[in-house]
Amino acid sequence: MWKWLHPYAKTEATYKLAGQLAPWFLLVGAFALLIGTLWGLLFAPADYQQGDAFRIIYLHVPSAILSMGFYSGMAVCAFIGLVWQVRTCYMAIVSIAPIGACLTFIALWTGATWGKPMWGTWWVWDARLTSELILLFLYFGVMALYASFQDKLQGGKAAAVMALVGVINLPIIHFSVEWWNTLHQGATITKFAKPSMAPEMLWPLLLNIVALAILCAGLVCRRLQNEIFLREIRRPWVIKMVKKAGVK
Amino acid sequence: MHPICAIFKKEFSLLAKGSAEMMMPLLFSVIVVSLFPLGVGPGPDTLQLIGPGVIWVAALLSALLGLEHLFRDDFQDGTLEQYLLSPASLTMMLMTRLFCHWLFVIVPLILISPLLALFLNLTLNMYWALLCTLLVGTPLLSLVGAIAVALTLSINKGGVLLAVLLLPVFIPLLIFATAAINNAALQLTWYGQLGIIGAMLIFALALCPYAISYAIKVSHH
Repeated sequence: MWKWLHPYAKTEATYKLAGQLAPWFLLVGAFALLIGTLWGLLFAPADYQQGDAFRIIYLHVPSAILSMGFYSGMAVCAFIGLVWQVRTCYMAIVSIAPIGACLTFIALWTGATWGKPMWGTWWVWDARLTSELILLFLYFGVMALYASFQDKLQGGKAAAVMALVGVINLPIIHFSVEWWNTLHQGATITKFAKPSMAPEMLWPLLLNIVALAILCAGLVCRRLQNEIFLREIRRPWVIKMVKKAGVK
Repeated sequence: MHPICAIFKKEFSLLAKGSAEMMMPLLFSVIVVSLFPLGVGPGPDTLQLIGPGVIWVAALLSALLGLEHLFRDDFQDGTLEQYLLSPASLTMMLMTRLFCHWLFVIVPLILISPLLALFLNLTLNMYWALLCTLLVGTPLLSLVGAIAVALTLSINKGGVLLAVLLLPVFIPLLIFATAAINNAALQLTWYGQLGIIGAMLIFALALCPYAISYAIKVSHH
């Protein structure tokens, strides 16, 4: 596997790979997200308790899961970058961070919108909500740290260390609904147990989770391309590519 | 002289010279805490209710204020570079430096905590919980804070960035510490929360030294 992965330490190879993957990811992700959302909003049966209001789950749960998933992805990149000194990984960190921050914001926003009719309040200082808010701050911290460095390689390393420090928050978010008695409900979908949700409600949700993941992966690829392009703008291969595209 | 002893000696002599910087965080926390009775009204019950949180937030902010100077002077006059070149273990030297910082900047804060507890009308039971959480929690603040300080050394606008980076990371500590004191206020046991803070401290003690020395190396890149 290392032999297969090694070429991507070179920015040029990663740029090409991201360029090949991005259109497919964006297309498939957007299409599947459209289907999943329409399915969830129009065709899935209404909840017997929450009525139609539960349908926000089709946005809330995917973005919440992926906000943590993208943070773990960022942390894995950070770890690989620090251990094996791979520059591309630092670029991946800064490409992932804003997208993860957006996902976290969407999760918080939809959660607040869902909380208003169900709990009667926009916000409670409940363990899961608070830890999700901390996650948003951690994303902002990584972005702010990277942005304040002139030397981007040094900034990438600093952001990587900070991303790894923040990993401690992930298990806290994940287990917060089990460790504390909270207003937020427990996990609906788990790996081991049978999901506590009717299958006709569950399928569009699963589809949306996968679709959003693919769409965001596509966005990360595009951002990664941009980041590589900006950072390597003086390299011969970038200059050659720009000339080939016919831009002066 | 062993390098570790030399660092101790240097820090002690700096203290003996009476650096105003070291007193700043202490003064800051006393002033912040004394603002609250003026801001929310001097009702003893209200003060007791918000007291643990206020003292801990003041401790967090003043620790942050103190941390800014942790490595900055040493970075600017090249002392840290000498540490890097020295054959002695960088990690050990930085830990000594950090321990001195904790001893001279944070411990005065713990020593003044009876006064703060008195200001905010804490009961004796609550005070013991406050003291224990401060004793176990503040080294954790210094350890985790030092990573971010070491990372932001080469940037000039460190102060606000440091707060953005560190305060979110400190939130779990704040939650457990104030939960312990609130339990003490209700005459419940609070050793569980203290145990969790202790576990976090041990975990940090195992990993942070390496992260700090790596961050120092990144700053000298």
